Amino acid sequence: MLEAYLAAAPYFGWDLVRVVQELFRYAFMQHAFEAGTIVGLSAGVIGYFVVLRSLSFAAHALSHIGFAGATGAVLVGTAPIVGLLVFTMSAGAVMGALGQRLRGRDLTIGLVMAWSLGLGLLFTRLYKGSANPAIGILFGQIFGITSQDVAVTFVASAVTVVLVLALYRPLLFATLDEEVAEAKGVPVRGLSIAFMVVLAVAVSEAVQVVGVLLIFALIVAPAAIAERFTTRPSRGLLLAALLAVLFTWAGLTIAYYLPYPVGFFITTIAFWSYILARVLAPTLSLPRERARELRAREEQALHSP
Amino acid sequence: MARSSSPAIVADRLAAAYRDRLIWRDATFTVNTGEFVAVLGPNGSGKSTLLRLLLGLLPPAAGDLQVLGKRPHRGNSDIGYVPQRRNIDRDLLVRGRDFVHLGIDGDRWGVAMGNTASNHQRVDQAIRSVQAEAYADRPIGRLSGGEQQRLLLAQALAGKPQMLLLDEPLASLDLRNQIVIAELVAELARANALTVLLIAHDINPLLPIVDRVLYVAHGGVAIGKPAEVITTEQLSRLYDAPIEVLHDSHGHMFVVGLEAESAHHDA
Repeated sequence: MLEAYLAAAPYFGWDLVRVVQELFRYAFMQHAFEAGTIVGLSAGVIGYFVVLRSLSFAAHALSHIGFAGATGAVLVGTAPIVGLLVFTMSAGAVMGALGQRLRGRDLTIGLVMAWSLGLGLLFTRLYKGSANPAIGILFGQIFGITSQDVAVTFVASAVTVVLVLALYRPLLFATLDEEVAEAKGVPVRGLSIAFMVVLAVAVSEAVQVVGVLLIFALIVAPAAIAERFTTRPSRGLLLAALLAVLFTWAGLTIAYYLPYPVGFFITTIAFWSYILARVLAPTLSLPRERARELRAREEQALHSP
Repeated sequence: MARSSSPAIVADRLAAAYRDRLIWRDATFTVNTGEFVAVLGPNGSGKSTLLRLLLGLLPPAAGDLQVLGKRPHRGNSDIGYVPQRRNIDRDLLVRGRDFVHLGIDGDRWGVAMGNTASNHQRVDQAIRSVQAEAYADRPIGRLSGGEQQRLLLAQALAGKPQMLLLDEPLASLDLRNQIVIAELVAELARANALTVLLIAHDINPLLPIVDRVLYVAHGGVAIGKPAEVITTEQLSRLYDAPIEVLHDSHGHMFVVGLEAESAHHDA
C-alpha cells in the first residue's frame, strides 16, 4: 500500500521552492498551515505559564471537558468550537477560582475528566449522524479546516496572545511568588481565573489541530522543552511558541507526503524532542560540578572571619 | 539618614483575629524608624499574623495601627516582604535574577518597556548588596537554602523599601548560615536606614544585632530589649505559666517550659 502511495506521491526533493509550492498547492493545506501556525503560537505562549504553574494536568482535563461541549454542540446542531469554548471557559473559570486549592486534587480533576468523556460518548451516540465528528474532536481535524475556521482561530489566538502579554508581569509574579505578589497588590485570585479562562480558549483552538487527546503535544511539550534551554521567562515564552509552530509545520509537512495521521507525527516529534531536550538539558547540566563548587565555597566561607 | 522622625509602626490596643478566632489583643507598642526588632513566640501564636496586619492583608480586629505614618494597605511599595517558605520548588527553572526583577515591576501590567536599563541596574545593585552575583543567573530552584534566602532578600530590597518584614528567614538554615544571613540583614538595614521586623524561632543568632524583641504569646504581645523581655518573670507572666530562662557562659539564652504551651497553639 505504501509503495503504491509513494509512486503516485507529490514532489519531494532538494528543490525547496518546489517543495513549498507543492505543500501549498491545495487550499486545505494552506488552511492547515495558517491555522497550525496561529494555534502553535498561542499554545506555546500559554503553555509556558501552564508548565510554570504546574497546571498541565488541569490543561489536559480542560480539553476533555471540551469534548463533552464539542459533541454536545454537534448534537444540538451548532459548530463544535462553540461548545468547546463554552464548556472549557466555564470549567476554567471554576478551576481558576479554586486556585491553590486545586493543587493536589488530581483525583477530583480526573473524575470530572472521565465523566466529561462519558458525557461526550453519550452525546455521540445520541447524534444520529456518523461518528466522524467525535473522532475529529478526539484526534484533531486540521486537514478539514475551512477558511472561516481559520478566521475564528485567528481571532481566538490573537485574544490569547494579547491577554497573556497584557498580564505577563503580574502573572509571572503571582506564579513564582504568590505571597509576595499578593502583598504587593497583585490581584492573585483574579489573575488565576483570568489565566484559566485564557487557557480554555487556547485549549479549544489547539483541539482543532491535535484533538482533545493529544493536546499535551502542543501546549505542554514545547514549554517543557523551552524551560530546559533557557531560564529567562521572556525567552522561554518565545522559544515555546517557536517550537510549537515548528512541530506543527513539521507534522503537517510529513503528513502531506505519508498516508498517516498528522496527530501522530506532531506528537511523535514533540515526544522525541522532549527526550532529546532532557538528555541535552543545558539549564541543568551541571549538578555534579555545581555541588562540588558549592561545597568549596561554603568551606571557604566557614574559614574566613 | 533621617527619613522621618515619626515612628515606623504604632500599634494601639491592636487585636488580631483569623476568621472568628481571636489570636492576640491589647497590643500597644511603637517601633522606631531604623530599629531592628526580632519577633519571637511559639508556633501559631500569631507572629505571621502581625506581618499580615502590617502588610494590609488582614484588617485589625480591634484597635489602631499605623505603618510609616499611614494605615496599612495592600501594595505598599515602602515595605519589602519575604514570606515564610519551606523551600522553592526544585523544578522552578527560572533565573534568580528574574525573580529579583519582579520586586521592581512585578506588579505592573504588560511586558517591560522603557526604563529597562535603569531597572537592570537596580537589580544588579540588589544582587550585589546580598553578595549573590555568583549564582544570580542559575535556576533559583536549584540553589541552596541560604542562596535562595539571599535572592529573596534582594527581591525585597530591589523595591527600595523603608521597612523589611521577614518571616522566618533563618528557618531551614544551618547555624553558620543563620548568623551570616542575620548579619547581612543587619548590615543592609544600617546602610539603608531600614526598619526591620524579623520573625525567628531562636534569639541567639540575633542577640548581637537586634535592638529589641517583640514577644507574641498566649494571646498577648510584649516588647523590650532582649535582656528585659526574655526573663523568667516576664515570660512566665506573658504565658501565664512557669517558664524559665537559662543563660550559658556565652550569654546565649534558652527558654525552658514552652513545649507544652506551643503544642496548645499549634494550628
